[in-house]
Order: sequence, then C-alpha cells, then structure tokens
Amino acid sequence: MTTTTHRASVATSLAGREGATVELRNVVKDYAGHRALTGVNLSMAPGEFIALLGPSGCGKTTVLRALSGLESISDGRILIDGVDVANTPVNRRDIGMVFQAYSLFPHMTVRQNVEFGLQMRKVDGASRRSRAIEALEMVGLDHLGARYAHQLSGGQQQRVALARALVTRPRVLLLDEPLSALDAKVRVQLRDEIRRIQTDLGITTLFVTHDQEEALAVADRVAVMRDGNIEQVGTPEDLYTQPATSFVATFVGLSNAVDGELTGATVSVFGTTLPLLGTGPENGPVTAFVRPEDISFATQGIPATVVVSSFLGSLRRTQVRLDDGTLLFVQHDVRTRPLTGEIVHLELTGRPVAVSARES
Amino acid sequence: MSAPRFAAEPGRVTRWVILGIVGIVFLVPILAMVEFSVRVGQPVKGVQTYGLQHYAAVFDPANGGAYGELFRGILNSLGICAITVLIVLVLLLPTMILVELKFPKLRRVLEFVCIIPVTIPSIVLVVGFVPVYSIVARVFGSYPWTMAFAVGIIVLPYAYRPIAANLAAIEVVTLSEASRSLGAGWGSVLWRVILPNLRRGILSSCFITIAVVLGEYTIASFLSQNTFQTALVLLQHTDPYVAVIFAVFALIFAFVLLLLIGRLGSAAPGSTGRNRRTA
Repeated sequence: MTTTTHRASVATSLAGREGATVELRNVVKDYAGHRALTGVNLSMAPGEFIALLGPSGCGKTTVLRALSGLESISDGRILIDGVDVANTPVNRRDIGMVFQAYSLFPHMTVRQNVEFGLQMRKVDGASRRSRAIEALEMVGLDHLGARYAHQLSGGQQQRVALARALVTRPRVLLLDEPLSALDAKVRVQLRDEIRRIQTDLGITTLFVTHDQEEALAVADRVAVMRDGNIEQVGTPEDLYTQPATSFVATFVGLSNAVDGELTGATVSVFGTTLPLLGTGPENGPVTAFVRPEDISFATQGIPATVVVSSFLGSLRRTQVRLDDGTLLFVQHDVRTRPLTGEIVHLELTGRPVAVSARES
Repeated sequence: MSAPRFAAEPGRVTRWVILGIVGIVFLVPILAMVEFSVRVGQPVKGVQTYGLQHYAAVFDPANGGAYGELFRGILNSLGICAITVLIVLVLLLPTMILVELKFPKLRRVLEFVCIIPVTIPSIVLVVGFVPVYSIVARVFGSYPWTMAFAVGIIVLPYAYRPIAANLAAIEVVTLSEASRSLGAGWGSVLWRVILPNLRRGILSSCFITIAVVLGEYTIASFLSQNTFQTALVLLQHTDPYVAVIFAVFALIFAFVLLLLIGRLGSAAPGSTGRNRRTA
C-alpha cells in the first residue's frame, strides 16, 4: 500500500461525521469604541473550504475567533448546523483549531498532545492511543510520537497541531494563519497537505490568511475582507476575473489602475474599447483595472519606456512608464527580455475589465 | 582585514577566575564560622584546640531547656514559611495567571505593586505594620504564624520575579486557547496545561520565599515574635558557638535551596519555554 493511499484510508477512518453547515449572520464585534466587525454575513456548505483573505487589521482573525468562541460577539448570530452557538463556550462548540503561534503543550509528548482533546472528552485510554496514532499517521508523523515540541521543526509542530485539532472529529476546522511562521517551501508543502486532509475528511474549514496565493490555491471559495466586512465571496477564479469592487480587483492579484471612460457596456482605455466586466457606475470617467497579463508588447501601439523587468520563473513581469508618467505592469513570456530604458509599444488584449467610479 | 571577534561568552579561564573570586568571597566567612564553631576553649600559648563538643551539645537532650527557645523559633519560622508559601500560591500565582490571561494591560500595575516592598526599608514597613498588628492580634491572637501576612508582603518582589519570567517564557494565552478549543474547561486548562508549564517558576518562587522567611529578622523582632532569627540573636548572647553552628546550618540550607533552583532552571526535555523550531 502506498503512503498516500494509506494516509487516505486513515483519513477516512478519522472522518467519522459529515461536515457541518456554518452561518454567520450580521455578526458585529465592538472593542472599546472601535467596531472590528461591521455586520459580517457568511455561509459555509458542509465540507466546504473557505479562505478569509484580507489585509492586516481587516477583522479576519476576529471572525475566526468569534466562530470558535474565543471572542464574544456584540450582535448577530453564529449558527453551526442551524444551532445558534453565539453563547456556547469555546470548549463546547466542538471545533478544531490550529493557531498561528506554535501551540503544542511543551510539557507533553507529541502523542500526549494529540490525545489531549480525547482525554477532555473522556475517551478511554486504548481508543485514545489508537486514534492519536491514526491522526499522526494522517500527517505522516506517527514515528515522532515520543518527541516533545521543542524537538520538532516548525512544519512538524504545525502538522501535530493539525492532527491534534482533527483527532476529536470536530464539526468545523478553523485555521488561523497556520503557515505564516514557516519558510516558503514548507509552507507550500503543508498548504497542500492541509487541503488533501480536508478533502479526505470532508470537514467544513475556515482558513484565515493574508497571503492571496495561499488563499487562491487551497480554497473552494475565498471571502475577501476589508474594514470589518466581507467585500466579496467567490471562487478564486471569480475573484480574479470578476472582482466586485475596486478593492478586490487591486487586492486579489495584480492590477493596473488606469483612467478610462465608461460608455454603456464598454470602457475606453488608452484609445482601445474594452468590454465591461460585470456592472459599472454611471457613464463617464472611471478607473479601469487592467491585469498585467491583459497587456502585451507589440510592434505598434502605446509607446512606453521600460523601468525594470523581473524574472519570475515561468513568466516575466516588466514595469513600464507611459509618456504621461503612468506606471504599468506587463506580464509576458520569459523569452522576451526588455532592457531598462528600452522603448517598447503596448497593446491591450481586449479582455473585459472591471471599473469603479474614479476617485477625485 | 577581518572584523574583530567578540566572544558570546567568557572563555574557560575567565570563567574559572570569576568562579574562584566569587567562591572565595562566599567561602571565607563560612569557613571562618565553621572554624569558630569547632574551637574548644581559649588558645593556650597561642595554640587553639579544636573539637566537635559544641555540635554534640546541640543534640544533647540534656541541653533541651537551654536551646528550647531556639528550636521553638525554628518551628515557628517553618510554620511562617508554610503559610507564606501558601499565600504566594493561593494569592499571587492565580492573580498573575489571571492578569496574563484576561487583563494583560494590568501586568505593569501588578509588577509595580509587587516590586514596591523591595524599595521600602524593612524598618519603615515594620513601623506601618505595628498598628495593623495590634488589630491582627485582637482578631487572631498574638501568634507567630500571623507574621506570615507581613512576611507575605516582604517576599512579593522575590516570589513575583521567577513566576513572571516563566509566564513570559511560555505562550500562556495561546496554550490556554488551544486547550479550550480542544474541549478543556478552565480547571483543566489550569491544572493540566498552565501549572505544569509554570512548575519551574513556582518552585523557584517557593524556595526563594522560604529563604527570605528564614532570613527575616526585623519584623519578628519589632513584633516581639520568637522566630529562628530572633532566637539566634538571643542565643548569641549566652552561647555564641551554638548560634554560629545554627547560622552555618541555615547557610547550608539556603545553599541547597539555591542549588535546587539552579537545577530546576536548567533545561529539561519537555519542560522548556516557548515552543521553538529546531530546523
């Protein structure tokens, strides 16, 4: 039996129950005169993986902590499987949680850490041990059961924390930036592993991150937060191709914010008429959000001077300056290598663009 | 030219020199006390005779009456130690944990309050305690153990520091939140997670408390209580040899306590501070 197949079978035995539905209705949180959440609404289907994405201080961790019960809410309702848990203490909400900071109990071995939740649920010793070993097998660390937290790497600690959170077969899994303290390579590995385990278990999962690549890579849907509210919830592709607001357009992926003129269902940018994505404001001057991959080099077109060109592995991103001083990013094939100071010509590929009313 | 190299810690020779100097500073008075305690009689023609007669006398039942006050003083001091440690465990420790978990903004205030006694001379504190103790004596009677309330204040700075250092070394909030999310009630959080991780700080705090109580003289003297220190001072007037013997015993006891604190402070598997990555 291969390791992956074995882990999948272990995950199946740990799954135990269906994922729960989660609903946040108009959740408000006030902190001493400051409103951290301004009426958050979010629905999660059973087994769904949603990433909460947003800049620092937007309230995403507060949403997660409110759902876990670590933070009380000022108003609104939190429903898990249709039952309002807003007043249920954290230890009775039946959730699993992985924290940003390493949170393994330093005085316990890895196995004791994983058994802790089962001990709190008064599971007998034999079942506790076998379930802890299963959970550790699931994250590939069953051979490290006798070690202490300080004898593990950061990635291993977070794997154990994941096993510990899942061993109790919680209704909902909450992940509070669990990868942010890890180095880039481990982060990607563990990110994929979290997604694999979540899919195997079918557990409803809320994942908080400020890393858009992480969010887009693992989540079924992404909720983009700003100033204590959710701006848009959608699949990663929806968010990227059909941003509902200018904030989402600029926050998710890279966008060039340029001046345009909206007329009905089209918008004129640099003399090129492009179809409008979604709905726009009233006709007139707007800000259009053009993705770097929607601009290409051409033999004729908009003249620009190359500022800098960066090699990004499978592609290259070049920053150019237009005659009026506007800076644009162009994403192109790595084999094209523009030199700093070189005069190039640009054209728009004609893909639809999102717009917002121009801020004066 | 390479940059000057700064060593992270002193070299082996430097360490031994420092240890030697510190050792001499501590050993000379102790050796002098031991030498004094084994003297027998006065020097005859400049030659001093030595023996263990004074040590034997201490444990001779025939001298029970002579040293009775001293032994009662020791028992009183041990009783005060026990109650003071209890005050630290029941009052200070839960307060510090509560502040850390629920009221982190009060951390500085608590630290300030706990440090105050070290900035006030004992004699000034005692002057304040005397009228308070006239009430304490009316309520509880004038027993030596009531001194523990006053000593509990004196030991605050010493008891506070090891626990505070231990609290700062572990992610106490994250650990408690993690255990709560795993289904633990507050009792389990405290007994199974927080206290085991504070074991070193708590034990150090208790040992230092005991050492401070056993060395406390001013309060006992001004409140006219018989403790180890006051009994020792009285005994010194009648039998300086035995007084010095007990002083040596007290020093050895304090040394053993400090040794235990040092052992507790050394790293042990599974009892380290904040989780950290090894790779």
